[in-house]
Amino acid sequence: MAGLTRIKALPYRIVTKLAGDAISLFARLLTAPRAIWAGSEPRHGPRVYYSNHTSNADFVLIWTVLPPVLRSRTRPVAALDYWLASPLRAFAGRDVFRAVLIDRRPEARTEDPVTQMTTALDAGSALILFPEGRRNTSDAPLLPFKSGLFHLARQRPAVDLIPVWISNLNHVMPRGKVIPVPLICTVTFGAPIRIAPDEPKERFLTRAAAALAELGAAR
Amino acid sequence: MTGLGTALVGLGAILVLAAIFGQLLREAIAPDGSHPLIETMNARIAAWWAFAVLMALALLAGKAGVIGLFLLVSFSALREFLTLTTKSIADHWTLAASFFFVLPLQYLFLAAEWQSLMALFVPVHVFLLLPVISALQGRPEQFLARVAETQWAVMICIYCVSHVPALLWLPIPGFEGRNLLLIAFLVLVVQTSDIAQFAISRGIGRRLIAPALSASKTWEGTAGGILMAVLVGGALSWLTPFSPLQAMGMSLALALMGFFGDLVMTAIKRDKGVRDWGHLIAPHGGFLDRLDSVIFAAPIFYQLTRVFWANP
Repeated sequence: MAGLTRIKALPYRIVTKLAGDAISLFARLLTAPRAIWAGSEPRHGPRVYYSNHTSNADFVLIWTVLPPVLRSRTRPVAALDYWLASPLRAFAGRDVFRAVLIDRRPEARTEDPVTQMTTALDAGSALILFPEGRRNTSDAPLLPFKSGLFHLARQRPAVDLIPVWISNLNHVMPRGKVIPVPLICTVTFGAPIRIAPDEPKERFLTRAAAALAELGAAR
Repeated sequence: MTGLGTALVGLGAILVLAAIFGQLLREAIAPDGSHPLIETMNARIAAWWAFAVLMALALLAGKAGVIGLFLLVSFSALREFLTLTTKSIADHWTLAASFFFVLPLQYLFLAAEWQSLMALFVPVHVFLLLPVISALQGRPEQFLARVAETQWAVMICIYCVSHVPALLWLPIPGFEGRNLLLIAFLVLVVQTSDIAQFAISRGIGRRLIAPALSASKTWEGTAGGILMAVLVGGALSWLTPFSPLQAMGMSLALALMGFFGDLVMTAIKRDKGVRDWGHLIAPHGGFLDRLDSVIFAAPIFYQLTRVFWANP
């Protein structure tokens, strides 16, 4: 039975794979992205890439610069209301990128967001997370982090948290613009951090944000 | 003057000899690839090969192929340049227009052989009209820096680069069907000058030209490199419609412009605090790092050839 299901799913897997490759190719043509691994290595297994958020294409860029074998096991954490808003977005978000879709309205939630994320990690996936919670359109390099990263780290303290700084993408596709401008983007992966036992929320989030901001300032 | 077939065989022989010479030199002196001069030279030779193969493929596809190839070069160069320029969110449409309007239009004029429009479009029309898009957004902060740097990018990456393929359609009496060789002459002379300047500067160079810009450009190296380019250019006159003496004069102009291009583009990189323009031709930087000297030399070469050799 399981074998039959797999065969039936094959055309679907091919279509989603091709769609993913096409989106990656487009991102490459536009931004010629360069990955800099400064303190961590691309590797299989559960880990969390947490990144600055300036554009809706942020996770596409991280996904694009990862080695192809890692892509299918790397899932962005994204807002359910945005990604299920249209059939096309739903196909891209749910089927191509296999996003962990989080409901941003606490009153409507059926599942706890942190549980959704730990389930994905326990299944061996890596996650892409934007701890600022929304796109940063201010002049500050980072907005204050939401507490999601902290709760996730508390639940899975042995999982590496890798800061990822994306530069220039906010110029390629600023909020509200339809036509992108081709500019070179860099994606810098820093040294992993982990939560210390009993580390308080504020201190941990400040430390995580500092590790990310440092990558941005070094560029 | 030689026939096209013979000239292409000669060019192929030069490339083969250069590649063999480079490999032998590496084997003899530093097989582990640790000698910077030999590695630089081999990287250049590899780039010539890549360029020759791409040109051959493009020519098989005809005019559209050549236009397409240089359109891509312009695109990649512009992407590298505009990554570093001063810009704000108010410039979004200006930048988009540079890529999706100015760039294709310049190559359209080139394809249609509207030479006067090709010569005037970017320096006059774009220069006057592109800043209007940014001005309409109503943000005056750093306005002059933003529009001036954008115009610089467009001039270098679209206008100057487009003069390389433009050489193909210069009507030169008695040279019909062989204009491709002008591009080969341009690239070989300018890059020979680059390599020789670098080599002689390292060998016997003492007095730095601009210490704050570059620790490798010396007066001795530059003079020696330009002299070398003049000699090589004279020896390559069989590729061109020029006599040996004319070819040497032309090579002098090309090598000087190439040197100026290298100097100016290095100054921009230092100003912007980067070592290389990009990373696409790893590990030797981006398109602009490889082509800066050719980009500066191309419009002058085009104009000199047009004024003195082409039909009006």
